[in-house]
Amino acid sequence: MATLPTTRDENWRYADGAVLAQLDPDVLDQWDDFDVAPGETARRIIMAGGAGPELIRVRVTVGDGATAELFGVVAGDAYARLEVVVHLGRGAHFQFGGVTIGGGDAVREIVTRMDHALPDATSDQVIRAVHWGTATGNFLGRIDVARHAQKTDAAQDFKGLILERGAATNARPELEIYADDVKCAHGASIGQLDESARFYMAARGLPPELARKLLVQAFIGDAFAALGDEGEQERLMDVALAALGDRS
Amino acid sequence: MTMLIIDNLHAEIDGKPILKGLTLTVNAGEIHAIMGPNGAGKSTLAYVLGGRPGYEVTGGSVTLNGADLLDMDPHERATAGMFLGFQYPVEIPGVSNVQFLREALNAQRTARGEAPLSGGDFLKLAREKAGLLRMDMEMLKRNVNVGFSGGEKKRAEMVQMGILDPAFAVLDETDSGLDIDALRVVGDGINAIMRAPDKAVLLITHYQRLLDYVRPDFVHVLAAGRIVTSGGPELAQRLESEGYEAVA
Ligand SMILES: Nc1ncnc2c1ncn2[C@@H]1O[C@H](COP(=O)(O)OP(=O)(O)O)[C@@H](O)[C@H]1O
Ligand SMILES: [Mg+2]
Repeated sequence: MATLPTTRDENWRYADGAVLAQLDPDVLDQWDDFDVAPGETARRIIMAGGAGPELIRVRVTVGDGATAELFGVVAGDAYARLEVVVHLGRGAHFQFGGVTIGGGDAVREIVTRMDHALPDATSDQVIRAVHWGTATGNFLGRIDVARHAQKTDAAQDFKGLILERGAATNARPELEIYADDVKCAHGASIGQLDESARFYMAARGLPPELARKLLVQAFIGDAFAALGDEGEQERLMDVALAALGDRS
Repeated sequence: MTMLIIDNLHAEIDGKPILKGLTLTVNAGEIHAIMGPNGAGKSTLAYVLGGRPGYEVTGGSVTLNGADLLDMDPHERATAGMFLGFQYPVEIPGVSNVQFLREALNAQRTARGEAPLSGGDFLKLAREKAGLLRMDMEMLKRNVNVGFSGGEKKRAEMVQMGILDPAFAVLDETDSGLDIDALRVVGDGINAIMRAPDKAVLLITHYQRLLDYVRPDFVHVLAAGRIVTSGGPELAQRLESEGYEAVA
């Protein structure tokens, strides 16, 4: 049986300590396996949107030359964590789009680890966090590139959007690179809604809630841009925007 | 019929007085040009009429069709029939013109108790107005003003005006950034959309050239936050040849 993590653990440093202490230790042994056979392509969609604390942990194994796609929205009312560990085969590709969105005082986080142990694999992660109230959105993204994993291309892009003073985001990229011929583009930024865009939209007759919704939709749209299925894209967007609609 | 009454309007930005007792009446069916040197307060007047945050009215009143304009939120002013054409139209990444304008038009219609336009009807209307401004429909599928040239942005503003069909338009230097051919297209567009017995325009411009296409009924010179001289179209000619200092 695993021992409960605390915020002293690097990997849980921004989590909600009080919630962690109450977790059932069994859940820490529960991993959802997502295996993609060599040469295949598969997609998984995850939505965390419950009322209570949620811990969703996915272990992805991408076979040689295979592609795995994972898209997720973390939009619940309480502490929620989507944790994704990915093992990439030779020439494999992993595509990730993740959104944390919500208010209240909850912590919502996405924690990823890319294990590039073999050459020629690529991974691309786009994470967007939208928060208000005194909520916090976290992204911890670790990328390990082993000595033999030449020609690895691992990209990571995080953007946070704070709708109200009091909300916060934390972004922590962590790159451990032991190969020399690799590309690891990573970016993290935090901002607020563009005031001039809001006024421009109001000047055309859009009420503030609607303008905000359109701007948030545009902002998180990046995370789902690589999702080829428009219906799925819409479904994810609806879940995310529903959280915005509940904003008190 | 009187459309707009601005009476002794005072406004400041960051505590700095910019408009200092501006008085102006515009009747339905009239086009008024406002000219004046850089920094005179022309854009400030436009923004104050539009209700931009940060532009504080410290005295005076403005009514549009008898209603207190200054008491309305910016989106309510649009719904009340006002259109503000921006000197610097704002770029909104991730939001297409079509989506933006359809949401805006339908928000206005809903607020006025009219039925929203269907997707098909909206596209028909958009195509018609784009054609009027010789703008390719493909441009309207792109994100709002993103990657548009200065002239394209101004033309897009007029397409927006055509679609929203306001009773009263304040056009802030809609002519800047336009070459001669585009100037004619935009001028013709303004005439087609706004030249009507129940409509009125406040045409803010720095140069006389737009007035060759959109003949104003009245010309006013705004300097140091006030209207200092008013006259007919001939005043614009004199300003052009003699300069503001000689005339005002
Ligand atoms: N955001 C602002 N903050 C402070 N001063 C401003 C701001 N915008 C405009 N001003 C000042 O207000 C005055 C009028 O500006 P503006 O209305 O843009 O003039 P115009 O459009 O006639 O060129 C100028 O002195 C300008 O420097
Ligand atoms: Mg100006």
